[in-house]
This record gives sequence, C-alpha cells and structure tokens, in this order.
Amino acid sequence: MPSTMPKGLIFDIRRYSVHDGPGIRTTVFFKGCPLRCSWCHNPEGISPEQQQITRTRTVDGRKRAYQETVGKWFSPVEVLDILLKDRVFYEESGGGVTFSGGEPLMQPEFLNEMLLLCKKEGLHTAIDTSGHATGQIFNRTVKNTKMLLYDLKTTDNKIHKSFTGQDNYLALKNLLSLDETGPAVIIRIPVIPGFNSELAGMEDLCNLLAGLKARVQRVDLLPWHGMGHEKYRNLGMAPPPFQGNGSDDEYLVSLIDLFAKGGFNVKKGG
Amino acid sequence: MTERVKQLRKQSIEAVNRLDHERALLVTEFYRDHVVKDDPVPVQRALCLKYILDNKELYIGRCELIVGERGPAPKATSTYPEINLHSLSDLEILGSRPKVSFKVDEETRKAYRDVIIPFWKGNTNRDKLMAQMTPEWKKAYEAGVFTEFQEQRAPGHTVLGSKPWKKGMNDLIEECRDALKTIGSADANAFPEKRGQIRAMEIAAKAIIDYAGRYAAALDELAASEASRLRREELSKMASICRKVPANAPQTFHEALQHYWFIHLAVITELNPWDSFNPGRLDQHLIPFYENGDKDGTLTEEDAKELLQCLWIKFNNHPAPPKMGVTAEESSTYTDFALINLGGVKQDGSDGVNKMTTIILDVIREIRLLQPGSMVQVSKKNPDTLIHRALDIIQTGFGQPSLFNTDAIIQELLRQGKTIEDARNGGASGCVESGAFGKEAYILTGYFNLVKILELTLNNGYDRRTKTQTGPETGDPRKFGSFERLLDAFAAQVEYFADIKIEGNRKIEKLFCTNLPAPFLSLLTDDCIARGKDYNCGGARYNTSYIQGVGLGSITDCLTALRHHIYDRQTVHMNEMLAALESDFEGYDNLLEELLFNTPKYGNDDDYADQHAVQVFNIFFGAVDGKPCFRGGQHHINLLPTTCHIYFGKVTGAMPDGRKSGSPLSEGISPVQGSDIKGPTAVLKSASKIDHIKTGGTLLNQKFTPSFFEDSESFAKLTALIRSWFRLDGHHIQFNVVSADTLREAQKNPGKYRDLIVRVAGYSDYFNDLGEDLQNEIILRTEQGL
Repeated sequence: MPSTMPKGLIFDIRRYSVHDGPGIRTTVFFKGCPLRCSWCHNPEGISPEQQQITRTRTVDGRKRAYQETVGKWFSPVEVLDILLKDRVFYEESGGGVTFSGGEPLMQPEFLNEMLLLCKKEGLHTAIDTSGHATGQIFNRTVKNTKMLLYDLKTTDNKIHKSFTGQDNYLALKNLLSLDETGPAVIIRIPVIPGFNSELAGMEDLCNLLAGLKARVQRVDLLPWHGMGHEKYRNLGMAPPPFQGNGSDDEYLVSLIDLFAKGGFNVKKGG
Repeated sequence: MTERVKQLRKQSIEAVNRLDHERALLVTEFYRDHVVKDDPVPVQRALCLKYILDNKELYIGRCELIVGERGPAPKATSTYPEINLHSLSDLEILGSRPKVSFKVDEETRKAYRDVIIPFWKGNTNRDKLMAQMTPEWKKAYEAGVFTEFQEQRAPGHTVLGSKPWKKGMNDLIEECRDALKTIGSADANAFPEKRGQIRAMEIAAKAIIDYAGRYAAALDELAASEASRLRREELSKMASICRKVPANAPQTFHEALQHYWFIHLAVITELNPWDSFNPGRLDQHLIPFYENGDKDGTLTEEDAKELLQCLWIKFNNHPAPPKMGVTAEESSTYTDFALINLGGVKQDGSDGVNKMTTIILDVIREIRLLQPGSMVQVSKKNPDTLIHRALDIIQTGFGQPSLFNTDAIIQELLRQGKTIEDARNGGASGCVESGAFGKEAYILTGYFNLVKILELTLNNGYDRRTKTQTGPETGDPRKFGSFERLLDAFAAQVEYFADIKIEGNRKIEKLFCTNLPAPFLSLLTDDCIARGKDYNCGGARYNTSYIQGVGLGSITDCLTALRHHIYDRQTVHMNEMLAALESDFEGYDNLLEELLFNTPKYGNDDDYADQHAVQVFNIFFGAVDGKPCFRGGQHHINLLPTTCHIYFGKVTGAMPDGRKSGSPLSEGISPVQGSDIKGPTAVLKSASKIDHIKTGGTLLNQKFTPSFFEDSESFAKLTALIRSWFRLDGHHIQFNVVSADTLREAQKNPGKYRDLIVRVAGYSDYFNDLGEDLQNEIILRTEQGL
C-alpha cells in the first residue's frame, strides 16, 4: 500500500504552533506556491522543488558553513506519526493540525490523504490557503477539513495581480462557493502598506464577506513588520523589489472598526 | 501595599546582609559554662536552645505587626559553630566576595578569633562527619561524583502539617506527658532514653513560651513610652498576642501568623536545617482564622493582606546561613528555599482552592520579594482559574510561583507507602521535593553527578582531574564491542557510587541522631512525641533520604552519541572519541560538529535519544530506591540540580555530547541548553518518558518570551500545555519570562537592575547575585526560548 501513497514535499513541521487556528496545533508547511506575494517572508515555501542552501553554524567559537536541503519528501503516514505525538496537547487545548505552506492545495492528493488519516484519528484539521486552486480541487478538499484559514488579500484584481503574480478570480470564486455544509472559516488579511492600505478597498472586502457571515468565525488582521532579505539570498533567489514599511497602527485600528461594524468578530494578529 | 508594608519592605530589601556572632557566642558560652555533661544529649540541646532564646537580643521594628528575628536585627545572620566553623579567612572571603557577600564587622571577627574558633576548632559536627567517611567516599567526594548536604547544615526540608496551627505549646507539653505514660508501660528498657527525649521536648516548648513572654514584656514597655495612640494600641495588642501564643492555640488571624513565626524562629535557631522551615499549605491552614475574623467583623481582606505581607517580610529578613570553606566562594544565593504551598486538594480529595488562595496570590504579586518562594499545586480537581492567576504573576518575569502536579505528588507518596490522607495533605518543599507535611522527615542528602560517572566509566574508573582511581575498574571501553556492555559498565559504576553514598548517609544520619537531635522540631512532627523519638533519629511517621541525580539531559545525549556514532553507524571509533575527549576537542572540529549538530538529542521527542534517558533513570533508580536509611525509612531519588549543575560541570571533562570540559551540565530534567529545537511540547514529551511517579520530585525549567502571555487566548493555551504535562504525570514545571536583551543589559549595568529576579532552578534569585557563569547560562536559555 505505501508505494501507491502520494508523497508530500514538506519544508517544516512546527509543533506548539499557537497562531494557526484554535488551541495548540502542529503546523505542516507544504513546499510550493502558485503566488509570488511581494511581502512573502516564507520564500522557502515558494518553489515546489527541493533546494540546497548554505548556512553557517558555530562550532567551538568558529563559524562553519554547511549545506542544508530545504524540503523533504514524506509519506502521509510519516507525517501522521509526527502529528500524533502531540495528541494530548490537542485534546487538552481543543487544538489539532494545520496544513499551511506554501500552498497546501498545490499537493492535493497528498493533502487529501493527510486529511483522511487525521479524520480517522479524530484530529481537528485546518487548512491555511490562499484559495488559489481549481474549483474541483478546492471543493473536494474542503469537504474533509473542519476549518479553513483563508488568506484574503484584496478584491482589486489589478493590484492583486501586480503584487502576487496571479489573478484573484479563483480565490474569490472558491471563497464564495462555500455553503453552510462547509468548514468553519477564519479570514486572514495581511495588512501590507502600499498594497491593501486603502480603506476603500478594505470596505469592498468587508462587503464581499457579508454574504458569508454565517461561515466566518473571525477576521484576523495580520500586521506586517517588514522583512529581511537573508532568507532569499540563502535560497539564491532575488528578493522582491517591494520595500514596504511596517503596518500603521492607526490604520489597523480603523480596519478593526470597519470589520466590527460589518458584524464580524475581528482580531489583530492571528 | 499599605504605607507600613512599603516601609518594612524597603528596610528589608536595603538591609545589608551580615554575618552575626550572637548565636555562635551564646552556643559557645552554653557549652563552655552551662552544659551538664551527664544530661542526655537531647536535653543538652534543648537547654542550649533555651539559653539562646533567654539571652538573645530582641528586635522590634518601628512599625512591625509581627515580631521576632533569629539574629539581633533583620539580615544579621546567625552561624552554627557546633555544626561547622567559619575560619577567619572564611569570614574574610564572605565579607569581600562580590556576590552574595556577608559583611563581617570587627566585633564579630574578634568574637570568632578569641572565643568561638578556639572552642570549636576540630570539634564541630563537620569534623566528626569527615573523620567517619571512608577513603572511597572521600575520593568520590573530591572527584565531584556527589556532594554532601549534611556537611554544613542539619537535615531539613521540613514542612509544618496542620497540627501546630491548632495547638499551643502547652497542648504539646500535655501530649508529651501523656506519651511518657504510654511509653513507660510499653517498654521498660527504652524508657530512660525516651524519657530524656521527651523531657527535652518539654524544655524546648517552654523555652519558646518564655521567649514570647520576653517579647510581650518588651512590647508593653515600648507601648508605655509610645507617643502615638494608634501605635500604642498596636503594641499593647501585640503584647497580649505574645502572651497568648505560642503557649496556646491561636484563635485570630494575627495570632496565627505570630504563632507560626515564633515556631519558625525556634526551628531555625535550634539548628540550621536545610531550606529553613516551611509553614506548608498556608491557604488550608489559614482559612479558618480568616473566615472567623470575617464572620465576626474583626478582620477585613485588607487587614489579612497587610499581616501576610508583614510575614513575607519576616521571611525575607532571613537569608540562608553563610557557608564556610570551599562553598563560601561558590555558594551563590541568599535564598533559604522556604516554599509556600497553595492550592491542591483537601484531605478528603476535594478541591482545596479557597478565598485564602486568592488572597495569598495577590500578596505574592504585590510584594515581589525573593523570599519566601511560592508554588501552586494543581490537581485535576482545581479550576483553570487557579492556573490563570498563577500565570498572571509568572508573566511579570518574577519567576514565581512554580507549578506542581498534585495528582502526581499523591501517587509518588502513595508508592513510598504513605496513607492517602497523608499524601493529600502533602506537597513539595525546597526546590521540588515531595513529602507528607507534618509527618515526614525527608532529607536531601546530596547531588549525584551522573555525567561524571560516565566520564569515569570511559576511563575505567580513573579520574583524570584528581589523578586518582576513583571508581572500580569496569573495563577498557575500547574493548566493550557493544553499547550494552558500555551501559553495563556504567550501571556498575553507578551502583558502586550509590552504595558509597548510601553508606555515608547512614553514618551521617546516625551522627545527627546522636550528637544533634532536634527536640523542638520533634514537637511539631508526628509521631515523634508518641514514639519518644527525635526527628533526627526516625521519630517521624515517615522517613526518607533522597539522592538527587543531576545532568539527565547531558548524560542522555552522551549515551546517544556513543551509541549512534560508535555502535550503530560505526562512523567513529572509540579510540578517536577518547582522544577527542582527552584533548577537549582541540583539533576535532569535524567530530565536534557531528556530535553537536548531527546526533539525536534529548528534548525533541525522539525515541532513539529519549530511550537513553529512560535507561539512565532506571539504572539510577535501581541503585538507590528502597535501600534503607539509618532512621528506619528508605532512600529514594529526585532529579534536581539547584545550581549544582554548574559545579558538577566544572569538575567534569569534555563529554561525547559535545560539551567542552568545565561547562555546565544540563539542569534538572531539562534538555542540554539549546539542543531542544522542536518546541515546548517536544520537551515535555521527552521529559515524560521517565517515570516521574517513581521519584520524589523532578525539576523542569521552561523559558518563554513575554509574547506567549499576551492575551487570554495565550493564557488558555499555556494552561492547556500545563494540564497536558500534568496528564503525562510530569511533577513540576516552572517558567522564566524575561527577554535575553534585558538580561544582557542587566549584566552590563547591574546597578540599574537591582530588582531583577529570574528563575534559576527550583527557586528565583536576584540576577545580580548570580555568578557570571550562571548569568550566561540563563541568557543562553532565554535566547533559545521561543
């Protein structure tokens, strides 16, 4: 059986993850992403292939360089074994497992296998996604998860395309396709100065979500703190030209106000 | 805080720690001029206590509500020359060392030079103790295989049960008289000895009544000349309290606290028991007094808080007695480890949290003093709000309270043979040690250096540092051929040293029983009176001697490295490993890198590594647990280091986990500093693989940056983390919440951070008072915090 199982390319599995859904969780980071967000601070999640990077570490006060492979192929059972290690913490905290990335929907077979295995073990699952996938893949996958952390950026396609390299059509269509049988949704909006920092655009987002209110548990506004370029350089990637400043606190407060007035449970940070 | 408490607190913090000769001089006078040689030793000891209490200076602070100091003033710290004697050079070192110093004035120096040293030199309990130890014991002790707790302090870690809160000294004297009748009819042969013991207890009980009487008179005298009407009334009230307690059972909240404080002072004046003395489950003991006062309208919550804070200040006025000899240079804390217990379950197993629990937690949060330490016992029966309140204090970076698993402690005590009621009334004292409060003499006997023993195993029993054949020859490691044989050799060494330590313990316990009984402490501990037997002779209902294993993380990583590289993968030869260790890895960068970065490590929930923690645990447990102690009980194990992992690291050479010679060992059951990279749940899982229930306490330090405490959701997640750890039978967890930058800043500008308190290991301390090594280690720990 294992030979026919799809394998997944994973670049990190992080335990005691407390910002990716309810309770104490383990987050599995899928490697590969269809978007090229200019503010991305997880560039190791972008390429769908293994990458070699050079790092340094200190041995007895001397710096030594070493090679590291980013991304490792796992069978679903191998990942499950790691996830089950923290079962007691999920149970006590009402937590579970989050599949993030990269974009987990880019490895749909593996993701589905994982979701089914988790379901069998009674683990709560969440998928952290941009929603950028075909309707078929999206609909099939969301049936098997308890929760979506839906990363929503802007309703303006032109801006979306220029900052992420992709249209926002799939992301919006898939979001709107969710009905009352679907998973609980937490909307996550990265607040990026110079990108979605116009209140008018945010009002559009708020209006768009109005129809989904029954499914949306909460709206998380994720402040952005700028980023370093070291990770890009280590990966041999050109850093994005984007040079935004950190999020403006006043603006964040007005956004919290906006979504609260729209009837949403809203939170700064996630 | 009231104005009064603010003033007293400031005085306590600013008082200079000094070594005071009053007690030493009185003890010397007593033994020189007053002792009756034909009196039984317990009677001599009781009369010695009486002599001190009759003649010592009294101290009444300007706005104090609770009176009594061990020395003539706050932080004037007593010494115990009958146990260990400071030399003039010890006094010099204590007075001049930069950390944890004790000032010594000319009068004290003169008293030592002219009276105390000439009388006690060569004749202290420490001299007798060392003379009785075998050459094997001394070799192991000098090599740093183990330490000896009773070398400078008397058996302690003692916690008060509920009885003395309900009885006065007169009641206990009655008990003594009744017991004498029963004993007399039961065993005629033992009668004379027991009669002496009981007579000693009565003398001690009367001595403390008289001492309180002296305070009553002094308070009346002060009242007579006091100008302020308010203070005059206070002084008169305090005088009448001192006339009532500790002679009689306390009835009001104020009486209860003064009653306890007199008892506390007598215990720490009689001898210098480890960890001072401890009032125990304070919320349980005080709730009836609080409720009565509340009901009849004589006590408000504010009054109760002020009185408690006055008691807290009393604890803080009493640093641990200064050490002598080598340890005068090394000992690095003023803390005397009194630990207030809160929460847990009642005797019938129901939730023990009450109004007093909340009030005391408020007191702790507000007063922020180093002493006493505090802990919260958490049972599955207790509400989450108890944990939330504790976290609320912990997040301020104060290092208190630590959290204990009541349900595990009860199982530990049951395994050791206690009744379910005695187990439920118990808790933890000192750092993390489990005990049946009020009914057990459980003494820590010494730290046990598991890593050093592996070093000796790798050198066929030879210690390179002291250049001595310290352990048995268990074979040339180059010829072991399998990991199992290596482990067998290690086990043989552990067994050998454990037996030496245990044999030493038995002699030392006998020495204390014979020469330094504790009649006053015996009055307080069941069933010493009924048995007519001293606390130090096995009079307590339960008797335990603990040996505390140190370096679980380091030893686990060492064994994992040896197995992984030499036996399983066979990429490194034992020859090469031994050569690398001998050269402290000079010229072995590649091997060192492999050991540090490409070897499974304890603390990451990796069964390959963690199985060796379990193996070491089982070997250590097997070598110690159940072996009889002199006092009629058994030896058990603990896993805690206090700060001994630093000292043990200094005497241990380079090891296969990649640790360089002289560096600190891992502390408690925590992973090697910086080797846990999978987060807190993985650490807890690794640490849960050893069987905590078979210990009498383990210590786990977890570091979190303040960001993990930011909102109610974070609190809920931390609470779940704690509940999970306790579900896995974890014994204890403590949090250190300070940023590494703050600590580095404090190291550079100590003056600006005089109040910075951090969690060290089982206790908190002023960061400024820690040695640089320990400071650096805490910075490192904090850096790697999440």
